[in-house]
Order: sequence, then C-alpha cells, then structure tokens
Amino acid sequence: MSWFSQTLTSSIGKKLLMALTGLFLISFLVIHATINAMIFYNDGGETFSHWGHFMGTNPIIRTLEIGLVAGFIIHIADGLILWKNNREARPVKYAVNNASANSTWYSRSMGLLGTLLLIFLVIHTSHFWIPNRSNQFATGEELNLYQMMLDIFQNPVVVLIYVLGCVSLFWHLLHGFKSAFQSLGLNHVKYNGVISFIGTAFSIIVPILFALMPISIYLGWVK
Amino acid sequence: MATSSRLDAKIPQGPLESKWSKYRSSVPLVNPANKRNLEIIVVGTGLAGASAAATLAELGYKVKAFCFQDSPRRAHSIAAQGGINAAKNYQNDGDSVYRLFYDTIKGGDYRAREANVHRLAEVSGNIIDQCVAAGVPFAREYGGLLSNRSFGGTQVQRTFYAAGQTGQQLLLGAYSGLQRQVGMGTVKMYNRHEMLDIVNIDGKCRGIIARNLITGELERHAGHAVLLCTGGYGNVFYLSTNAMGSNVTAAWKAHKRGAFFGNPCFTQIHPTCIPVSGEHQSKLTLMSESLRNDGRIWVPKKKDDNRPGNEIPEDERDYYLERRYPAFGNLVPRDIASRAAKERCDAGYGVGTSKLAVYLDFAAAVERYGRAEANKNNIHNASDADIITWGKAVVKEKYGNLFDMYKQITGEDPYEVPMRIYPAVHYTMGGLWVDYNLMTTVPGLYSLGEANFSDHGANRLGASALMQGLADGYFVIPYTIGAYLASEIRTGKISTDHEAFVKAEAEVKERIDTLLKIQGKTSPELFHRRLGKIMWEKCGMARNAEGLKEAIREIRQLRKDFWSDVKVMGTAGYFNPELDKANRVADFIELGELMCIDALDRNESCGGHFREEYQTEEGEALRDDENYMYVSAWEHKGVENWELHKEELIYDNIKIAQRSYK
Amino acid sequence: MRLSLKVWRQSNKEAAGGFEDYKLDNVSPDMSFLEMFDVLNEQLIEEGKEPVAFDHDCREGICGMCSMYINGRPHGPLRGVTTCQLHMRSFKDGDTIVVEPWRAQAFPVIKDLVVDRDAFDRVISAGGFISVNTGNAQDANSLPVPKEAADDAFAAAACIGCGACVAACKNASAMLFVSAKISQLALLPQGQAERSIRAEKMVAQMDAEGFGACTNTGACSAECPKEISLENIARMNREYIGAKFSSSAV
Repeated sequence: MSWFSQTLTSSIGKKLLMALTGLFLISFLVIHATINAMIFYNDGGETFSHWGHFMGTNPIIRTLEIGLVAGFIIHIADGLILWKNNREARPVKYAVNNASANSTWYSRSMGLLGTLLLIFLVIHTSHFWIPNRSNQFATGEELNLYQMMLDIFQNPVVVLIYVLGCVSLFWHLLHGFKSAFQSLGLNHVKYNGVISFIGTAFSIIVPILFALMPISIYLGWVK
Repeated sequence: MATSSRLDAKIPQGPLESKWSKYRSSVPLVNPANKRNLEIIVVGTGLAGASAAATLAELGYKVKAFCFQDSPRRAHSIAAQGGINAAKNYQNDGDSVYRLFYDTIKGGDYRAREANVHRLAEVSGNIIDQCVAAGVPFAREYGGLLSNRSFGGTQVQRTFYAAGQTGQQLLLGAYSGLQRQVGMGTVKMYNRHEMLDIVNIDGKCRGIIARNLITGELERHAGHAVLLCTGGYGNVFYLSTNAMGSNVTAAWKAHKRGAFFGNPCFTQIHPTCIPVSGEHQSKLTLMSESLRNDGRIWVPKKKDDNRPGNEIPEDERDYYLERRYPAFGNLVPRDIASRAAKERCDAGYGVGTSKLAVYLDFAAAVERYGRAEANKNNIHNASDADIITWGKAVVKEKYGNLFDMYKQITGEDPYEVPMRIYPAVHYTMGGLWVDYNLMTTVPGLYSLGEANFSDHGANRLGASALMQGLADGYFVIPYTIGAYLASEIRTGKISTDHEAFVKAEAEVKERIDTLLKIQGKTSPELFHRRLGKIMWEKCGMARNAEGLKEAIREIRQLRKDFWSDVKVMGTAGYFNPELDKANRVADFIELGELMCIDALDRNESCGGHFREEYQTEEGEALRDDENYMYVSAWEHKGVENWELHKEELIYDNIKIAQRSYK
Repeated sequence: MRLSLKVWRQSNKEAAGGFEDYKLDNVSPDMSFLEMFDVLNEQLIEEGKEPVAFDHDCREGICGMCSMYINGRPHGPLRGVTTCQLHMRSFKDGDTIVVEPWRAQAFPVIKDLVVDRDAFDRVISAGGFISVNTGNAQDANSLPVPKEAADDAFAAAACIGCGACVAACKNASAMLFVSAKISQLALLPQGQAERSIRAEKMVAQMDAEGFGACTNTGACSAECPKEISLENIARMNREYIGAKFSSSAV
C-alpha cells in the first residue's frame, strides 16, 4: 500500500477524512443557509431565485458541486466504515453500561444522527436538487425552486420531517464541529474556548435558520 | 571473627575509590559473536530486572525475561514515591561520591559491604544520565535543569524525583527500554509466568522451571546464567506496603537449591503509613516520607483520650519526636521514627479506634504557610480564617495528591482533622547473599535489586532503593556477568532434556499436586494472615529472644498445619490464582522461620533490627560491633535446619560511630 | 452493609461466560472494593466454589493491574480513582453491583474478570521508547528541558496502562493510552530523533491490534484514573499526520 492510502486507511487517517469532509460540508452549510435565507426578504422569491440561478449555472460553482457530492460520499462512506470497525472493536457488549456518566449521548450517536441526516438528505434532494438537475440535463432549463418550496412545504408531514432533520443536524454539528478540530489535532488551551463557542453557536443558528424556512412557508409568513 | 571459608565476596584489591574502575578494565570480556550464543534468564522485571534484561540484550546476549504480572510494567518498583539519590552535586552543596557512600553505610548502621556501596555511589550519577536520556520526566527548575530535594534526613539535596511518582517514571523508562528489545526480538518476554524452581547441573545454575499462569503448564527454560530480580519479601508479614503479588518464591527456591540467604531479619518498617482499619485489611498504603517535612507528629498526653484530634488543646499534646530528638525532631530516620510511634502506642497513648496510630498534624504548617502568604501579599490585618484558607491552599499544592489518597482510603479529611499514621513493613534489606559480582553462592545464579542483601546494611535510606535497583541492572551486572560468562563460551546450547530439568520439573509438579490434594479447611489467605500476625508481633518492629523462640515454634506448627489443612480450589490446568497464592504462602512460612532464627542469632540492635534486650537507657538501639559486625549468610540444610556462615565486615575507609539524632 | 453482586464468570478465553449472583452480608464501608472481593472469595472457598479471578497487584492505584467494569463504568463511580482505591463507602447498604471485565476485541478475557492486555505492550514495543543503549547517555543536565514541557510530559507519562480508556470508549479505542506515550516523548527534546517514526509505528501497531478509532466522545479521559488529557489525542493526531505527510519513510 502506498504511504498515502496507508495514511488515509489508518484509524487516524479515517478520522482525518471525517474531519476534513465534515468541515467542508460545514462550509457548504454556510452557503446553503445564506442563499436560502434570501426567502426571508419575502419578495416573492426574487432575491432567492437570483442567487439560486447563479448557483445553478455558474461554472465554478457547478464544478465545486462535484466536490460537494464527493465530500458527502466520502463523509458518509468513511463514517459507515468507521462505524463498522468501531463496532467490531467490541464484539461482546457490556450488560450494564453507564456511558452517560462520562460522555454526552449525541457524541456517542454520531452514526445514528448521521444516518438520520442521510435519510433526510435523500428526501430533501429528491424534493429539490435531483428534479432540478435532471431537468437541467434534460431541457437546459432550471425549475422554479421557490415555487416548489411553497408547494412542498404546504404538507405538514414534510415540514415535520424537515424540522426533525434540522434537529438531527443540530446534535450532529454540536459534536461534529468541535470534534473535527480535535481530529485535526487543533487543540490548544488558548483557542479551545473560541472553537467551542463558535461550534455551539453554529450548531444552533444554522439548523434554526433552516428549520424556519419550511415553518415560515407553512405558516404563511413567507409567500 | 573470620569470614567463613564458604563465602568469598571477591572484592577487588586496591584502594576503595579505584576498585570498580580497575575491575571494569580488567574483567574478562565476551566476544560479540559468542554473546549471541549465550542465553541469560532474567526473573522479575522491576527496576533491576527490566534494566538488566534490556542492557544485556543491547550487549548482544540472548535474553529471556519472566514476570508473574500481566506486563513487565506492573512490577512493584512502580509504587516508589519519593525519589532516587545520585551524587551529582548539581546543587553545589558539597555532595560527592564519598559522601553518598558514607551516608549509605552509616544509614545502614554499619552492616553493609564497603566496596559494594562505594560502587553504588560511583554509578549513581550515570543512572540519572541514562534515565533522562530514556525520557524519564524528572522534575525541573524554570531554567530547564533538574530539580533536587533533600530526603531521608541527609544534609545535601541529592534526590531526583518526578512528583510523588518517581518509581513509576523510572520503571516505565526501564520498561520502555525492555520493550524496545522485545520488539527487536533480542528479549523474549514471558508475562504471567512464575518461576517455581531453578535447575542446577554440575554445580552451576543452568535454567529454571516456570509455570505459565494462564494455562498452568510447566515449562523448562535453559540459560547460561540466571538473574533473580524478584524484589523483597515484606509480604511475609501479610500486611505490608508491598504489592499483593510480591513474594519470596523465586529467591526461596534458589535458597533451597544452594544460594545462601543474607541477613533475613533486616526489615524496614516505614513510619508514615495509613493505619489498619479492620480485619479485612489486605495491604497497607504508604504516605510519602516527605510529609514529615511539614507535619508534626504527636499523641495525647492523657491515656485513652478519645476526643477527636483537632479538639485536643495544644498543652495536652505530646510531640514525642520533638521531645526525644530535639536536633532532628520529626525528621529522624525511618527506624527511629517507627520505634518511637510503637513505644507511645504500646504505652497506651495511641489514637483512633484501634489505638494503633499517632497523629501527623498539618495545623501548624497551615498556619505558618498562611501567614507567609499574608506577608508575601502585604496583608497585615488578615483574619485567622483567611490565614487558614491560604495556608491550606499552599499545603494542597505541596501534598494535594497524598491528602486526596488519605481521604479516599480513610474517609477523613486531613485538611480538617490530623492524619492518623502508623508504621508498616516496607522494604527488606536482607535477601540472597551475593558477592561483588552479584553472584549468589550458586555459580551462574545472580541476584539483583531488593532481592539481594547487598547495599543497605541494616537500614535503607530514603531514595536509595531505586538507585540500587537501577545500578545493579544498568551498570553492574553488564560488566560482572562477563567474568562468569567468559568461561561459558564453550558450553554450547544447554538441553532442557537433561535429567536435572526433568527431575526439577517433576518435583515442582509433585508439590503442586500435593497442594491440590490436601483439600483441608483453611484457605491459603488465612494461613498467610496467621503467619503475618506471628511475624508482626514477634519479629516486627521490636523483637526479643523469648518472643522469637515462641515465633519459631508457632511457625513450625503453622507449616505443619498448612501442609495438612490447606484448601486450594480448582486444578493446576488453568488460570488459578489460589494455587499461585498457596505456593507463595508455603515459601513465606519457611522464610518466616529463618527470619526469626536470624533475629534470634543477632544479639544486638541495629537499623531495622531492634532487640528489646539491647537498648540504651533512653531506649535507643545498642549495636554490638565487636561480636556482630558480620553478614549472616544462612545455608539451607534441610527442614528446620540451617547453617550460619559469617562474612566479616571490614571498614577501612569509614570511622564507625554510634548513630545519634538527639 | 449488605450487598448483592452480579459478577461475570467465564472459565477461559473460548468458553461462553455469564453472570452469577452472590450475596454478601458483612461488608464494612472501610473496605476497598477489592477487599470486598477478597471477602467474597473467602466465602466462595468455604462453600466449595471456585473464587472469582480478578487482576490486582499494588492496591495503591499505581500499577494499573486492577480492571473491573463496575455498574457500567471502568473502575466504578468515582473520578480519578482505580478499582483498588474505590472504597465501599461509595456504595449504599442493599445496593446491587454489577461487575464485568473490560470488553474489547484487543483485550480477550482470560478468566472471569481477568483480561489479556498484551496489546498495550506490543504498542510500546513498536515505538514507545527512546533508543538509547545503556552507557550512551550524556550528562543529564547537558540538555535543558523547559519546565512547561517537562511538566506536560510528566502529566502524559502518569498513565498507568490499566486500559480503562479502552474499556470506557464506545469504540474500544486505545488512543488515549497511545497518545499519552507519543506525547510524553514528543514533548521532550530527547524524543525528537525518533519523533516521526515513533508516531507512525505506534499508530500502525495500535490499528493492527484491533482497537477502534477515536470519535472524541471524551469518555476515556473522563474515566481515566490518572485523568490523562484529551489534548494528548490531538497531539498524536498532529504527530501522526505530520509524520505521514512529511517524513521521508515511504
């Protein structure tokens, strides 16, 4: 095995990959949340559609999108491999395990939260991204995503699923953000406080922002 | 008195200061090509064993190392707290090799061999160099250089330390060196293996019989030399600061196969241990001697005073060490402090529920440090409560981990009430008799570290045990073993099919079968406890002829009871700690008898050996240099039968004096 | 005190194990947890049953041999305390206490509560040392070590190798143990020569032993009787990644 693949398949290398792709996906969340938040201009989707069009057609962004998909796939695949390896590291479970005494439940449940997010991701992309990109491929035309949102978020079940997805995202980020820095070896007494603060703030603000979108549309705040 | 013809200490000729360097330059060497064909067995992987095994492997010998624990890193050297002495004179306070040599001989109450101790002092500095290079994180000053403290009442600062975990750090250093050799394949490590006999062929030690503690299988291992680095036998007292597994079995088997046992009665009782809390007690925990730097030791002036310590007014307290030894006060050497505590408790002034404890009180230190803090911060009208708060903070910084440990074990908060302490068995100066080369009376069989008798005489100074273990392993045996192995290069590979191996293995097997077959009513643990009680009461801190004779009778009876009434559960074919324990207790019982015989023979008081008949009017130890300035080396002749051989101790370089700490 | 115990019994590596229930009537709050097991074993011997095998040696919290998973936590309910230093006053009269061995692929059960931790020794053999043969060393004070580095190295070196980190970790990861040794030697100037190769080899051995990977839950450090810091794991990550991407070993 080459030194490179040896590195990435080692336990630390796998964590490195999780951290790097995780932080990359976090940066994607920033863009995604910012552009979608344009709906709160409540201008009939004008600003939103302007930027949506930019994201959907700009060649640089479209190229980066391939990286994004790759980032998701690596993060998910690597996560599943780690989950499997880590399970195998303890074939016989404890009969009594008081794990809450030494760690938070969500830090121990990244696999579960990640799976919930994956399910959400499938639903979410099948609502918007997949139909839109397929249409682009087929006809070269973008769909009216704003109108699609208004339609889809009339269904309370869908809204609930999206809110639950955001809750999962909150817990996933609450551990994942800080954890990524630790995995990269970025642990320093001077900066840990800042990382922790930003991590917590990010995990609260971004999911709330996302959750507000379907809720606002469902409740008619955004038309 | 003349040295027995059976004992040849092989001390090199010439002036003391040049004996070792001259020896090193003239000792026969083994050619590297021959080293590869010479096998050395090392039993025990504490400081002495791990350092010896690693160093011998580095030199090119083929080494097999054995420990009964699950990893060499568990050896009980790990529990040493205080530090390690070395005559580096980094503090520019007048230390020197001679001074360390002198302090060690004097501290040992003039019962150690000059040449060995001088060599120990000579190599002490190299040990620090080696450990630092191996990554041992000793305490340092802000300038980045090594920090020293004074210890055990010496007048210079020569003790190197790593917080209260010096033994741990040194052992892990030696262990990492050992594991490096294991990784390179030059040492074959046998964890969870217990040596149960040595094998002699034509008068030379040629191997061992070991039991794989997991499978129960007996194994034969051959070697051109065997090193016993198996520690001390303090557990003969049942309660001691030793680890639960520490045992005498390896040394005792060697003794029964011809190795003489030196000064078995010399036992060190450490004054500052947490007292026994009840019948269930399985071991005793040491509180570092450093606590005596700030704590004051006292008992109530009134007998059977049941008030809590902090409610007894100042004028009703007897600071007996300060009263009896104004010059050294609470800092008298270990043997003196221990005996003084026992004297007070025996007289009825002990404290706590058992009445077998004295107070170690930090109230005065708290106030002193509190006031110093106030002065430092220019506060002149501080309240008493503030002073105490600040003082406690200082004490916490210095001794916090020890206070926490005390609280954990006793459930009492030592910041609020004085600690209770009592002496406990800690170290055994006695051990297998060895010559200057560390070879026992069996050719090819060596003994290193606490397992041998050599360097501490009748009392060991604080921070000297770690020094001796590493000196023996790192810097002595690698040279001295050459003197023997140079003549072994033609021996060739030793076959474990030799009848001596077959016979030894059969004997070990027979003994195990016997133990399992008895199926009496009493567990090995209970026999051990009974032995400990006899030893502690009659061969402990104070001994007398009458008690020792009784003890010998009782132990002989105990041995008979053991072999007819012991109940060992399980079988020999798998992991069976009960069987391991039974094997060890059986040997402790025999050793106990010899210790009492030795104590009875030595009609004097010296160091850790205090015979009540031999004391001054003030109750101090009374040595008899005219008749007892010798090493007792006992030869095993059969059941209840030993022959004493004496090695005369000659002091050419030191003026013998009575120890006084008044 | 009266106690009910549920103790894992397993006769050897291959055998299937299970819990046995025991009752103890006369437990003193001053006993250590292991002394309570001594009492249990005496009772079992009297009843003609085989005593429970458990690892222990120094009984003063430093050798790292004792290893019990007590009521769902390694070394029991207290922070910074080994099983041998845990006392019965930490439990209540009438309590039921469940005791299991460390559980990890890399720590197979030998018998009852005794596990095989040789994997740790092999990790150390892979690189947890400074290659200095006896006699090679220069004078100890010829190499000043900043006090801060010495103190940090000491804090990492305080690890007793008990394996509670592995036992506590949901992934049975050994990263706290391994990182403590890598950190100790990386922090000291003496350890610089082998710094890269050490990190590479120790991590490779750790992986080969079948320990899991760290997911930064922090359980290891929270349960570590010597309270070894998670900072060490971050340092190991840096050391390893740095070594892999910059060392000339291919």
